[in-house]
Amino acid sequence: MAAEALAKVATSNHLIEGDVIYFAHGVWLRDLARAEVARTPEEADDLLRRARAFPHETVGVELVDVALEAGVPRPVHFREAFRTRGPSNYFHGKQADHV
Amino acid sequence: MYKYTEFDSAFVRARIAEFRSQVERRIEGGLTEDEFKPLRLMNGLYLQLHAYMLRVAIPYGTLNSAQMRQLAMIAERWDKGYGHFTTRQNIQFNWPKLADVPDILEALADVEMHAIQTSGNCIRNVTADHFAGAVAGEVEDPRLTAELIRQWSTDHPEFAYLPRKFKVAVIGSDADRAVLRFHDIGLQVVREGGEIGYRVVIGGGLGRTPMIGKVVREFLPKRDLLAYLEAILRTYNMSGRRDNKYKARIKILVHETGLEVLKDRIEAHFEAQKRVLPDVNPAVRARIAEGFVAPALSERPAAALSMSPALRAFVDTNVTAHRDANHVIVTVSTKGIGTTPGDVSAAQMRVLADLAERYSHDELRISHEQNVILPHVHRDDLPAVHAALLAADLATANIGLISDIIACPGMDYCALATARSIPIAQQIGEAFADLDAQHDIGPLKIKISGCINACGHHHVGHIGILGLDRAGVENYQLTLGGDGTQEATLGTRTGPGFSYSEIVPAVERLIEAYLDLRQSREESFLDAYRRVGIAPFKAALYEDRDAKAA
Repeated sequence: MAAEALAKVATSNHLIEGDVIYFAHGVWLRDLARAEVARTPEEADDLLRRARAFPHETVGVELVDVALEAGVPRPVHFREAFRTRGPSNYFHGKQADHV
Repeated sequence: MYKYTEFDSAFVRARIAEFRSQVERRIEGGLTEDEFKPLRLMNGLYLQLHAYMLRVAIPYGTLNSAQMRQLAMIAERWDKGYGHFTTRQNIQFNWPKLADVPDILEALADVEMHAIQTSGNCIRNVTADHFAGAVAGEVEDPRLTAELIRQWSTDHPEFAYLPRKFKVAVIGSDADRAVLRFHDIGLQVVREGGEIGYRVVIGGGLGRTPMIGKVVREFLPKRDLLAYLEAILRTYNMSGRRDNKYKARIKILVHETGLEVLKDRIEAHFEAQKRVLPDVNPAVRARIAEGFVAPALSERPAAALSMSPALRAFVDTNVTAHRDANHVIVTVSTKGIGTTPGDVSAAQMRVLADLAERYSHDELRISHEQNVILPHVHRDDLPAVHAALLAADLATANIGLISDIIACPGMDYCALATARSIPIAQQIGEAFADLDAQHDIGPLKIKISGCINACGHHHVGHIGILGLDRAGVENYQLTLGGDGTQEATLGTRTGPGFSYSEIVPAVERLIEAYLDLRQSREESFLDAYRRVGIAPFKAALYEDRDAKAA
């Protein structure tokens, strides 16, 4: 069985707001779909290094796996899916903010 | 209620000023996150999955109406219009912004509240029986002791960096409504030969290594309490493990060292400490006592109530006998069908505050079961209280029933969680939405945790549910037969876990099995389980599922 292709994004929480953010070419965004994707271990190391250059904008930068759907990153793990949507117990948080 | 002294107020305000400066330095870049994190945690500020979370202490679960109204104001002004009452009698705000937190703390200080020691490896908020001072059979109101411990432990320099967090609970009678045997220290106020003292339990806890606390002193004279607590804490501070956070709680020290050996060490420290701390200053005790003078209850005899079916159902489950025959204790459920256990909106908080002010001598309690208590309600006022609760969607008559579920925040909020817990509680509530059916099932405590840390107390649920991450999928383990009362029993795991979509049907099969097994309506789920054991329930869980799948 062929190994699945690597696909990772850098994510964090915003220092002031606390909400979930994703790194994309030098800026932090709220939208996973627009996040920069690393496809090789070297790209992942470089992505993490660049993402960590904002210690006074972010809290805890980490790389997480994503799946690519037509080139657009989507969460792989359910934890990351919740981080993109907000709580599932009722309609509030990020989901409501985007309405 | 205990009232702050000038010292208390000055201490809290100084702490806020200090934290405000720390927040400003973090935002301006003067502090790194590594430097800032321990400072914010000391002030109750966590970073969770989607946002910061501020945990505010409600000492021994007691609030007055002004405090509840202030929590409502904070929820509306700086959060998303609600607060979440926790299994440690605290309140958590799930959505504060970092820059706003010092202002929130100022607003809390205005009503003599704070968030100090709601996180970190220190002595946390002291919890107590939520019926304290209202229920019959108490040797003494346990909040007198809880407040003394709060004052002693706040900013105690020796115990600011313990091997791990440290939780103390106090009860005043044989009835344990505070999960006493599952605390690092559990104190029961007792009387021996006319003298008041304490039965002292140590080394209880839940989490990944659940343990029932052991009695280290059958009777400790009241005057010796602080010296003895210092002896326990000093022993733990010196000998508790710091090499592995999962083995750092005092329960592991008790387990690995052995109670008798540890007891000798505690007693040695105690003998020395008694000379330093022979008793509490009587003026301090007197001042604390002033805050807990029993309310002047009306002597008006209660009239016979004409009750609607809804009020009758409410009285059957949500009303507990008061020590005074003309009064009752009203427990307000936060577990309406489909709601989030522990969540209360700002509007509901104001209703509760109004009811407390008008009908309950200005007192409210938060229970570890995430409900709100009006502790001193005259029987004649029950219809009015019920009507007001009904209008505020707070009149669900389900206390102690299957939908009165403890659930930790789980992966909907918590950064440590491995699975969701709240939606499971919501779905169980919806599956058993018919209150008549709930009453038929009878007393049943379901407790749900979204990770092994067990904030949802699943080990002591009659039915316990533990959510885990199994290879990237939510999976739920069941335990049966747990009991957090004076019977103190850990639940037994049934076997393999269930997926997110399977867990509620699994609970339904357990209930069907119980209804088939019970000898009468008077035999509760827990009693039936104790009589027949786990085997028929395992059969219902696994054989019935496999038969349906075949």
